[in-house]
Amino acid sequence: MGEVLTATRAEVCAAACADMFRGDGEIVAAAVAGMTPALGARLARATFEPGLLTTDGGPYLTAEPVPLGAPAGDVEGWLPFREHLWLVLNGRRHVWLGPSQMDRFGNCNISHIGPSDRPKSQLLGSRGAPGNTRLNPTSFWVPRHSTRVFVDKVDYVSGVGNDRGAFQLRGVVTNLAVLDFRAPDGSLRLRSVHPGVTVDDVVAATGFALTVPDEVPETRLPTGEELRLMREVLDPKGIREREVRA
Amino acid sequence: MGRQMTIEEIVGSVESGMTLGIGGWGSRRKPMALVRALCNSPVRDLTVVSYGGADVGLLCAAGKIRKLVAPFVTLDSVALEPHFRQARQNGSIEFEEYDEGMFMFGLYAAAHGLPFLPTPAGLGSDVLATNPRLKTVADPYGGEELIAVPALKMDVSFVHLQRADARGNALYLGGDPYFDDLYAKAADRSFVSCERLVDTADLLKEGPVQALLVSRAQVEGVVETPNGSHFTTGDDDRRDEAFQRHYVEAAGSPESWAAFRARFLDGDEAAYQAAVRAWREEQ
Repeated sequence: MGEVLTATRAEVCAAACADMFRGDGEIVAAAVAGMTPALGARLARATFEPGLLTTDGGPYLTAEPVPLGAPAGDVEGWLPFREHLWLVLNGRRHVWLGPSQMDRFGNCNISHIGPSDRPKSQLLGSRGAPGNTRLNPTSFWVPRHSTRVFVDKVDYVSGVGNDRGAFQLRGVVTNLAVLDFRAPDGSLRLRSVHPGVTVDDVVAATGFALTVPDEVPETRLPTGEELRLMREVLDPKGIREREVRA
Repeated sequence: MGRQMTIEEIVGSVESGMTLGIGGWGSRRKPMALVRALCNSPVRDLTVVSYGGADVGLLCAAGKIRKLVAPFVTLDSVALEPHFRQARQNGSIEFEEYDEGMFMFGLYAAAHGLPFLPTPAGLGSDVLATNPRLKTVADPYGGEELIAVPALKMDVSFVHLQRADARGNALYLGGDPYFDDLYAKAADRSFVSCERLVDTADLLKEGPVQALLVSRAQVEGVVETPNGSHFTTGDDDRRDEAFQRHYVEAAGSPESWAAFRARFLDGDEAAYQAAVRAWREEQ
């Protein structure tokens, strides 16, 4: 048990990301929004979702879940960008997005902050967020939970929320908590807080009224086997620790 | 049937106000030698169609773009493109924004001579609300509302592949064709730059027949530009990350950008490649 108690925040987050894939079966895990979801996808495949298809971060579907940043090893499929874009419409894909802004219904912005004709801050552009959220199960990774990200109204709707026809918003993993969209009106609800984080911390870092159940459990700790897989197999260089700090 | 041209001849056939398609994706396999030469040409007011990366950044920095048609601009390992950001934040370019999947349908439509292709991607989003070229249509069989993505037609397109012959047949190495065949088919006139020109008889020594992505039937001119996609991914399918970081840092102030431009960009392609070699020796 001593080993379990020493799980880092990054490891708690990666296990929470892995949990978002429960029940997905034989679909592509498009965990492109950061290292933590990518690690979570490979961890899910190495444990409770062996059917998942995972990539090397490039166009190769790997025969086994490979370490972060490692070459593909044996390859079981080819998924160049045009096939990814086909797969969005085909639907057998669970995607992660990294929102710069998100409102309570899960509308998210990755395009720009400020007015569209002359933004205060130009970001990526909407990339695949409109199609992803409309057509695929979508989860979100937010490495810095703050009132800048969780806002009352997003400046631009890149990905659509539950009030605009989202297909299925699975949940949000942040550095502080796990959230889902199971408030009665389909808006965000606090599901669990990570060890060392209070409900008040999360409420204070969220720029709208978050649905908070009477009882908020603590996010589960990775099992000893999950910690071993992350530390010895899937991320021996500790890349996960760069993306999120306790 | 030889279609070999020089960089200057290719760029010289582009006129102000044209719509230019650029192949590759983000900071991957961009026809940078052609883009660099275009930056030094008198051309202006371009409409650029691109899965954008450093190509869009350099053209923004040179003031060549009036309107950008794109789903994103990124350098991949550096998420945000500094010159594109500056151009948008100055209000100096127009941005016609698409979802990246619907953008592919715009390329397919243009390549197939169709006026549009339908997709549900984009419904409910501000891409539909803020892009005046996007309209919706009803599925004639079921009535479902879809977006009619207009054909993204181009006057000219530039693509960079690893190998080509002098006729303009071109082959890619590495794992991803991106959409370069569609750019070649969607434009009135298309030009290929390549890492290495080989005899037609030797094309299949370089890769399988399926890697022959672009046919001479779609190509007006071809030029050999070794390392011509630098600093985006090139012959070995890798990116010069150190130089990309140098590019991003140089964009941090007008002074450092002027120095970067003077050192690397003001001369021709041979001067650029020599300056990059000298820079690398200093590192």
